[in-house]
Amino acid sequence: MGVALTKSAQWTTAAGFGTGTLEITPLNEGILKEIIMFVESFIYKHPQEAKYVFVEPLEWKTNLDPSAFESGYVVSATTVKSEEVDKNGQPLLFLSVPQIKIRSFGQLSCLLFIAKDTKLKEAQACIEANRNPVAKILGMDYNTMKEDPSILNILDKITKEDDPESEVKMKMAMLLEELDLHLLNYSLKHASLEIHLNPVTIKKDIELLKHFSGQGEQTVLESIEYTSDYEFSNGCRAPPWRQLHGEICYVLVKPHDVETLCITCCAEGVFLNGGKTDDEGEINYERKGAIYKDLVTFLKHKSAKFSENMSKQVSTRLTEEQQKVKDQPKKAPKKKEADALHKSITSSNKSKLENNQINFGKNQMTKRLEPSVNWKTDVDFKVISVRDTQEKKHGGRPEKSTPPVSPGRAQLVHKNADKTEEIPSESSSESEEDEEPPDHRQEANADLPSEYWQIQKLVKYLKGGNQTATVIALCSMRDFNLAQETCQLAIRDVGGLEVLINLLDTDEVKCKIGSLKILKEISYNPQIRRNIVDLGGLPVMVNILDSPHKILKCLAAETIANVAKFRRARRVVRHHGGITKLVALLDCAQNSTEPAQASLYDERDVEVARCGALALWSCSKSYANKEAIRKAGGIPLLAQLLKTSHENMLIPVVGTLQECASEESYRAAIKAERIIENLVKNLNSENEQLQEHCAMAIYQCAEDEETRDLVRLHGGLKPLASLLNKTDNKERLAAVTGAIWKCSISKENVTKFREYRAIETLVGLLTDQPEEVLVNVVGALGECCQEYENRVLVRKCGGIQPLVNLLVGINQALLVNVTKAVGACAVEPESMVIIDRLDGVRLLWSLLKNPHPDVKASAAWALCPCIQNAKDAGEMVRSFVGGLELVVNLLKSDNKEVLASVCAVITNIAKDQENLAVITDHGVVPLLSKLANTNNDKLRQHLAEAISRCCMWGRNKVAFGEHKAVAPLVRYLKSNDTNVHRATAQALYQLSEDANNCITMHENGAVKLLLDMVGSPDQDLQEAAAGCISNIRRLALATEKARYP
Amino acid sequence: MDQKALRKLVESISKTVKSFKKSEVECLIRLFHSLVERDDVRLHNNVLDRNTFRATLHNLFGMTDDMLMKRVFFAFDKNDNCMNVKEWIKGLSVFLRGTFEEKLKFCFKVYYLNSDGYISREEIFDMLKNSLHQQSSEKETDGGIEELVEKMLKKMDYDNDGKISFAVFEKAVKEETLLLEVFGQCLPEAKICLDFEALAFTHPDF
Repeated sequence: MGVALTKSAQWTTAAGFGTGTLEITPLNEGILKEIIMFVESFIYKHPQEAKYVFVEPLEWKTNLDPSAFESGYVVSATTVKSEEVDKNGQPLLFLSVPQIKIRSFGQLSCLLFIAKDTKLKEAQACIEANRNPVAKILGMDYNTMKEDPSILNILDKITKEDDPESEVKMKMAMLLEELDLHLLNYSLKHASLEIHLNPVTIKKDIELLKHFSGQGEQTVLESIEYTSDYEFSNGCRAPPWRQLHGEICYVLVKPHDVETLCITCCAEGVFLNGGKTDDEGEINYERKGAIYKDLVTFLKHKSAKFSENMSKQVSTRLTEEQQKVKDQPKKAPKKKEADALHKSITSSNKSKLENNQINFGKNQMTKRLEPSVNWKTDVDFKVISVRDTQEKKHGGRPEKSTPPVSPGRAQLVHKNADKTEEIPSESSSESEEDEEPPDHRQEANADLPSEYWQIQKLVKYLKGGNQTATVIALCSMRDFNLAQETCQLAIRDVGGLEVLINLLDTDEVKCKIGSLKILKEISYNPQIRRNIVDLGGLPVMVNILDSPHKILKCLAAETIANVAKFRRARRVVRHHGGITKLVALLDCAQNSTEPAQASLYDERDVEVARCGALALWSCSKSYANKEAIRKAGGIPLLAQLLKTSHENMLIPVVGTLQECASEESYRAAIKAERIIENLVKNLNSENEQLQEHCAMAIYQCAEDEETRDLVRLHGGLKPLASLLNKTDNKERLAAVTGAIWKCSISKENVTKFREYRAIETLVGLLTDQPEEVLVNVVGALGECCQEYENRVLVRKCGGIQPLVNLLVGINQALLVNVTKAVGACAVEPESMVIIDRLDGVRLLWSLLKNPHPDVKASAAWALCPCIQNAKDAGEMVRSFVGGLELVVNLLKSDNKEVLASVCAVITNIAKDQENLAVITDHGVVPLLSKLANTNNDKLRQHLAEAISRCCMWGRNKVAFGEHKAVAPLVRYLKSNDTNVHRATAQALYQLSEDANNCITMHENGAVKLLLDMVGSPDQDLQEAAAGCISNIRRLALATEKARYP
Repeated sequence: MDQKALRKLVESISKTVKSFKKSEVECLIRLFHSLVERDDVRLHNNVLDRNTFRATLHNLFGMTDDMLMKRVFFAFDKNDNCMNVKEWIKGLSVFLRGTFEEKLKFCFKVYYLNSDGYISREEIFDMLKNSLHQQSSEKETDGGIEELVEKMLKKMDYDNDGKISFAVFEKAVKEETLLLEVFGQCLPEAKICLDFEALAFTHPDF
């Protein structure tokens, strides 16, 4: 309570000691009331402590009349003595009007009870007269008025003393600390309600924040400090001339995520100032930002991290603390130790308490884990050792300035979290979707299942037994349900993983087999996988792949297959040469020529290959591993294995291939190794998973035209089409539709699909399917609709409506495909009517605002046929408010595809004179001109077309010349693309109607290039080129005429 | 040994032991004799006594457990406490070329010593006696062994009579091959067998 009284209560004179009086403020009144409540309830909440005799009496002038005292007191006219006395027979309460001396909480409680209405006054008088009550109660050693109010001094002292009284004294100290904390929180809460800040509240804020600052992710700030160490007597640290402005102090704050902030705290609030000037440490006092009501609000606005951590920890903790303090007196004194410790962590020199803390955690632990003697000692040891290593790791730096909510349990969890954070830190790049799930160690106090104890015993036998005992223990361990997470984690938590991995390093074949059999099972658990990698299990397993025992090879490969589900593990496998060894397992022929060791435990060669494929499948999810598999000669071996008919062999093989087919090199090799044929063959398998992987592999490979043809030639289209009808397995459906999509890029394949009535089925799949399926279905329809018959078919099957409905989605891949499909349909005027009626054009148009450039471009391409084929297209386009401006502004994009598509849209828009006028007003001419310097032929073609169209309005022809679009256009004629030639010649023809443009063209050598074009077989090109030449020529003639009339 | 007698012996042994070629049988006979002769122990009509056999198991087959080696001896030997050449070769055929079933029978034979056809609780305890490293107290170690015995009985003693019959043993081992030598090593390791064959069949006089 000392701290609160010194720091929170508002004294009339700022000087600490002496005879100041308490101001009558709401805050003070509140504090007094809290104290009164505490004292009043003390006698029945803590009867034991109430008898404790203060070192010095609390003494003050009372207004109470001796007559107010009744039973239990010896009353005379001017004096009152309590009947209750101390060891020496001195009364615990002695009143000699008006001076009163009290030496126990019991008597204080009674006094307040007697005082009734005047208790507030009595309390105030008492506090005023006893400015350091704690020192008086507990002795000067516990002077909490000192700057360092940490309880640990008290604790230290008390624990050293052995006299029986010390226990009571300690409890006393605890209670007073609690009260103090409570009062601090109370006043803090109170202070935060005040609009005007004062030095005390600011100081409080800063001190609080300091407690929660430091290194590490958990803290709210990296650091917070005053710019000046000197504190004026009024609590301000600002220089006096700045105090005139109401400024109190300046603080340098370094949040985690932003630069150091130099902040002014003044009576009006908190704001950012001009910062500290480097050389002299002088502060630029000028205000640089808005004023916030307090420091916390300010920081919440400036630092997201602060805000996050603050809300995460501090606020909850504060309320918890308050809650706890309130609850405290009701609970058994046991809990108090926790709170004291808890408090102590926040204080500056917590390190001293480290030992106590450990002991404390230990006590808690042992209390909870009584069932097994062995376990108890083990856990105790662990707690300490973890603690030790952690201390080593953190060195002397101030770690964890945030107190754990409840020591013991929370701390254990926290430690583990810390530990696991440390381990993967060697690879900061680890951020994959399947990466590193959070570690959930079994909380020590959770109800441990009986398996725990049994498994722990078995692990003990593993450690301390010979081969025979080890094998028995391993076999017994396998009798547990290892698929159950409890058992998996139990093995780990009792230190079984280390032992199992160590066994792999021995020469005992049977032990290795037993150990791997267990590891194989428990590595289905993602946490265990990570633990295995952390314990260095993978290199050992990779070495076992060389073992002469096939069963060991199999088990090791299978375990690797399970463990290598995340990237770090896959990398370890590669770095230890695992990929080469796994690829070697695939080679059945090679395996069987090896000297077979007649062993009881052996497997067939096929099984070895299967396990190898299984491991490679897991490993193949990393790019570098794909490369390594290829370099190790894996593809021909996989191709070889693909010829078998064992499903459990085919699945990992095809799985690996499908995974790897994302790489161009693999696709080429897959084609070269004639793998497609077998993939197609296995599409006809009965196994859904196999079908799925085959379809997936075809999907990956069918980007390549030749491969698409191969799929058709090997008869793969029919099974694909028939699999479309099986919609129950969504993964397979996604793979199949993907394969169909990619295959339908080839026209011949589309014809086949139509034959197999796949298009109708696809339309049927447009509704009620997951997005992965929809993307592919729509993609396939988009390809199919490039042909007239299919467009008609899609319309007749009612496919347009669901397609248009899909335009409102958010999945980018889906939107790209949907827009393409809708665009393909819009080529048909009859379909266009439907699209228009469904408001599809507006939906497409609004997709131009989509953030993703692919969607933008695809939507723009789709708009072209819409504008071409819509009735009253001009009117329709104008009806989109802001639509034209949007399109023109898209010319500022830096994506070539977007630009080309938007140029195409502009070409179509410009067919309507009125719209052309509008886009001209929006500045289409300079924007188009700016794009002219490009080497991209697609963009060139559409840009030239757009320019050509836009020339049809006003003085746009001249404007293009002025914006220097002509010279670059001439260069387009040197392109190899006839489409570019045609569009450019047409644009030049339009532009050549302006004399200056003709001059530019002539200067840039257009005539010769155009003359060549006149000889082109393309009629439009011929005409345009000729027209342009004729314009240039006419101008020349006219000039000559003018010159030589 | 004269050639004639040797050939005769080879013939007769080859009739009962099918897994070795005649030349190999011959090599093994030679080995047997070299073992018998080399060791300066009393000869009973060319038989191998227990100590020599134990030394052989240890030197050639890398076995270490005395008690189990004794048991292996009795599994090799029919009844007379000394091993003749036929028993020797027959035993080796299980060691080197034995089928799973043969090995299964062999192991079971090693484990039930008192020839009542069952492996009893006491026998298991006896065999596992040295399987745990000395713990803090003998009592604790015994407790641990008792528990291992209990675990195995629980695993194999389906009829709950405190002993393991061959049928039960067979069933358990077929389920989990690792249980074949569950109560201690009684078969040489595969690699050692290979080494032995390489040595014995190529250098008959080693």
